[in-house]
Amino acid sequence: MIWQFDIIILIFLVVAAIVSLRLKDLLGASMVFGIYSFLICLLWAEMGAVDVAFTEAAVGAGVSTVIMIATVFSTTRRSKD
Amino acid sequence: MKVFGLIAVFVVGLLLLSATQDFPSWGDPRSAASDGEVSSFYIEKTESVTKVPNMVTAVLADFRGYDTMFETVVIFIAGIGIIAVLRNFEGTDSPSDNDNDDDGAGLLARFTCSLILPFIQIFALYVVAHGHHSPGGGFQGGVMFGASYILLALAFGLSKAKQLFSERRTMIFAVIGIFIYVGWGVLCLLLGKEFLNYSVLDSILPGDSMMARSHSMLVVEIGVAFTVTAIMFSMYSNLSTRGRLSKGL
Repeated sequence: MIWQFDIIILIFLVVAAIVSLRLKDLLGASMVFGIYSFLICLLWAEMGAVDVAFTEAAVGAGVSTVIMIATVFSTTRRSKD
Repeated sequence: MKVFGLIAVFVVGLLLLSATQDFPSWGDPRSAASDGEVSSFYIEKTESVTKVPNMVTAVLADFRGYDTMFETVVIFIAGIGIIAVLRNFEGTDSPSDNDNDDDGAGLLARFTCSLILPFIQIFALYVVAHGHHSPGGGFQGGVMFGASYILLALAFGLSKAKQLFSERRTMIFAVIGIFIYVGWGVLCLLLGKEFLNYSVLDSILPGDSMMARSHSMLVVEIGVAFTVTAIMFSMYSNLSTRGRLSKGL
């Protein structure tokens, strides 16, 4: 566990979380959410939980991002609030 | 209202931050999670009892088999729920949508996907088959296998993917997965031990009772992979076409 690496990932994690909440463009928001999942996956792989990181990379960063983007295409792309 | 929300977020955040003081430090051998009788049993005995080097898969598929079985059922129910909410059998689209072959991506994307797809599928099968020896398992491999069909649907259009993996076949696969898992447990029951107690299966599997547990984990992971693959593709195809399953993105 390298603490500098941890700090960098955690800062990016918070930034990605805030950006994905604040974005008005829903397509961009779901992509940033995929980045958030990928950063969490990096964090878990770095802490030694390889199985959890694998699941997060496959489910969180992969399929759920695709499913969210597919859902965005079925609704409006701009968020109202 | 916004001010109240901010205050609530800050108060809860401060409470959670103050609670982190009581956490054990990272990798502490005397923390509650790794000091108990159960975890030391897993850590010391997994390899000798089940002949499986990956402790995580051994806990998921063997020691806590019930948990994983009902997780698979939860995924199945989630897929059924999405179908129940979204699936539109009316077919209100114009008929030209149904015989539209040109709903895929461009030439480059098609070519790249056709190059990359076999490798994704082989790696997914490797992840399923090698899940009890290296990181991975039924869920991850199943998700990757389902993702390969989603990629196929994105590149070549949903109609092409549906030729390979029709709605009927999807649901049959999902049911087969759960049937494999539950049936394997019932098989243990029929042979005279508890439900999902794999060690009794050495009479029908090669090797001793420990190898029977190792092989049974593989069988159970295959069942999970069947269900997850089918449900992932079903979720994507329902969500991307608003339940009409006629035309992809």
